[in-house]
Amino acid sequence: MLETAWFLIWGVLWAVYFMLDGFDLGLGVLQPFLAKDDRDRKAVYLTMGPFWDGNEVWLVAAGGITFAAFPVLYAVMFSSFYSILMLILFALILRAVSIELGEEAKGAVWKSVWRGCLALGSLLPPFLFGIMFANIFRGIPIDGSGIYHGTLVTLLNPYALVGGLLFLLMFLLHGALWLAVKTDGPLQGRAARMASRIWLALVFTAAMFLILCAFQTELFAIYLDRPVLLAIPLVAVAALLITRIWIGRAEWFKAWWASSASIFSIVMFGVVGLYPLLLPSSLDNVFSLTVHNSASSPLALKITLGVVLVFIPIIVTYQGWVYRFFGGKVDEWAYDKP
Amino acid sequence: MDVLLLSRVQFAVATYFHFLFVPLTLGLSFLIAIIETLYIRTRDEDYLAMARFWGRLFVINFVVGVVTGLPLEFQFGTNWTRYSAYVGDIFGPLLAIEATAAFFLESTFLAVWVFGWKKLSPRMHAAVMWMIACASTLSALWILIANSWMQHPVGYVIRNGRAEITDFLSVVTQGYAVLTFLHTVAAAYVLAGFFVMGISAYHILKGRNVFIKSFRLALYFSLIFSIFVVAEGHMHGADLAEKQPAKLAALESLWETQTYAPLYLFVIPSMDNDGNLVELVPIPGVMSLLAHHNPAAEVTGLNDFPADELPPVAIVFYAFRVMVMLGGLFVLLTLYGWLRRDRLAQSPRFLKLLVYTIPLPYVLCAAGWTVTEMGRQPWIVYGLMKTADAVSPVAPHQVAFSLAAFVVVYSLVAVAGFLTMIRHACQWPEHTAAATEEVKRR
Repeated sequence: MLETAWFLIWGVLWAVYFMLDGFDLGLGVLQPFLAKDDRDRKAVYLTMGPFWDGNEVWLVAAGGITFAAFPVLYAVMFSSFYSILMLILFALILRAVSIELGEEAKGAVWKSVWRGCLALGSLLPPFLFGIMFANIFRGIPIDGSGIYHGTLVTLLNPYALVGGLLFLLMFLLHGALWLAVKTDGPLQGRAARMASRIWLALVFTAAMFLILCAFQTELFAIYLDRPVLLAIPLVAVAALLITRIWIGRAEWFKAWWASSASIFSIVMFGVVGLYPLLLPSSLDNVFSLTVHNSASSPLALKITLGVVLVFIPIIVTYQGWVYRFFGGKVDEWAYDKP
Repeated sequence: MDVLLLSRVQFAVATYFHFLFVPLTLGLSFLIAIIETLYIRTRDEDYLAMARFWGRLFVINFVVGVVTGLPLEFQFGTNWTRYSAYVGDIFGPLLAIEATAAFFLESTFLAVWVFGWKKLSPRMHAAVMWMIACASTLSALWILIANSWMQHPVGYVIRNGRAEITDFLSVVTQGYAVLTFLHTVAAAYVLAGFFVMGISAYHILKGRNVFIKSFRLALYFSLIFSIFVVAEGHMHGADLAEKQPAKLAALESLWETQTYAPLYLFVIPSMDNDGNLVELVPIPGVMSLLAHHNPAAEVTGLNDFPADELPPVAIVFYAFRVMVMLGGLFVLLTLYGWLRRDRLAQSPRFLKLLVYTIPLPYVLCAAGWTVTEMGRQPWIVYGLMKTADAVSPVAPHQVAFSLAAFVVVYSLVAVAGFLTMIRHACQWPEHTAAATEEVKRR
């Protein structure tokens, strides 16, 4: 029971991270194509500036919770995905430094170098996280001691690459919608057109991923076993369609929410499909990490559960306040950084 | 090179770089909060200009500190899997608590502070910085509790082939953690104090006397904490006599177990880790006195430990000397500064000296961590698990590549961060003054 609760919290934290950091990563990739002049660039900076750091902490929380609740998973997962995870971390460093130091840079050349770094640093994490989670859904070659018997190339299988593309497109759409929420005029127009185009590609990729899941993974077993859980993929599909409807009506904030719901439920579809596994072994099912064989002791789970139950609602409250505090179009609140 | 050595070097690179930025965040946040509070109390515009000037430096430093810290949390999983699986039951929850209870708060509200100059009243704006300061100190507390558990594991039992937590409260409240926390945070405040004094001195030398205010504030701040850190450091050292006797012996490179243990004024430890090449001018009983507060007490020497359980004595010994000497130097400098506090503008040589002193507290912090971490070797968790048994079964070339990437990326980030900070630190630009005018008029 305790372990199952932790399984859900684990999945939810990763899903929330993707949902929140998704828009600023996506926007980081799109900004060279959407921002045409310095005014646009300033607007893009302001749409990300107050939020990216708070969003990225969800990754620290997801990592910390993985460590606290499922230390064996933490160890096996992060060492198996060694190169991918390192690339993600370096990209996130590059991203953050580009946002803040790029803003401080003097001269057009340096500024454009930093913008390029921002695009690269924002491009890699979505794609690589997609590859990582697709491989988790599919299973990786780990033995009974949790030692990974593959190479980086093992992880770059077609299914995982589609997963990477899926994550990238989800984040790109999310970022384009956020920019449309926070700006107006020609910049918003470009973001809106970009969003419609990405949406088409996303729906196609999502459908392909779902079909591949049926052949490449065991994710569907639990859904066939308990049809009530089919609500999760249905919400994902519905949220994707609703996103398009709101885009059509130029209701950007609602479209962004629908996009958030689609990211959250697509990730949760995969996570719930794993249960009771956390990381399937493609060598032999007995080597798979489950919520039972990789969890912390009941006491450790209870202590961390208490902390999470107290602090996560507090965090959601004050982050929600910050989003409202910096709500509205970016021009409306004065830019004044010391 | 094997995976163990590569992973150790990688972790060292990442932590040293990360800790170049952490102490300033810890200390400068409090100094800025105090400056903003002084502005509210006195309505003296100089303080507002000050808050904005130091705030700029703070934000750049904070961001670089955050991003260089990100890989640390994941490195236990990538490079130290056996450690993570063995002690994750205790270590994991501490990191998770740090993220949820503290790190979220500082990262989220930093943005409110940076972008909220016009939207918040001065009172609220100052309150936000107080919150950031408290949250970053809280963050340090949890991380240091986790580190202290590696130094002195308590509150656990070995069960199911791993360490499982039995007494959370004793992990959180153990004396080792309290001492480490006070020592680290106080040293960080000294660093921040010298940073502010050094840059203020630069501007006072240029005739910008508004900086006398920030200089004085930082002077009192670092005076208090440089004395505190030395006194508290002594207690920390004495605590090692009971909890980490091998580390204590390595601090002074004491090889023979003896009563009335002397302190040698001049020692050269052998690089083969088996004794001292030179021992000159012993002062009998001082080592016993420092460790046990009794000149007759017996101090355990390094020869009483198995050779494969000795830390690399020379490294610990020299790092300890660097730390202690710099700590002493900072006490002297701040005391002298206190005597000259009303004649600062007339003390150009002292001011100039302080500009060049800025890097020294960084060296002190690095030396302190070297003593702590190298002094614990060969253990990753003292007495429980050796570092060699903790490393991941990953391929050496993977670690070699990531280590190279760490060195390159971190160097670039640190250089970019410091260059940007230096550029801002040297400017007392008109637009800071102009922007201050604008905020005043809201």
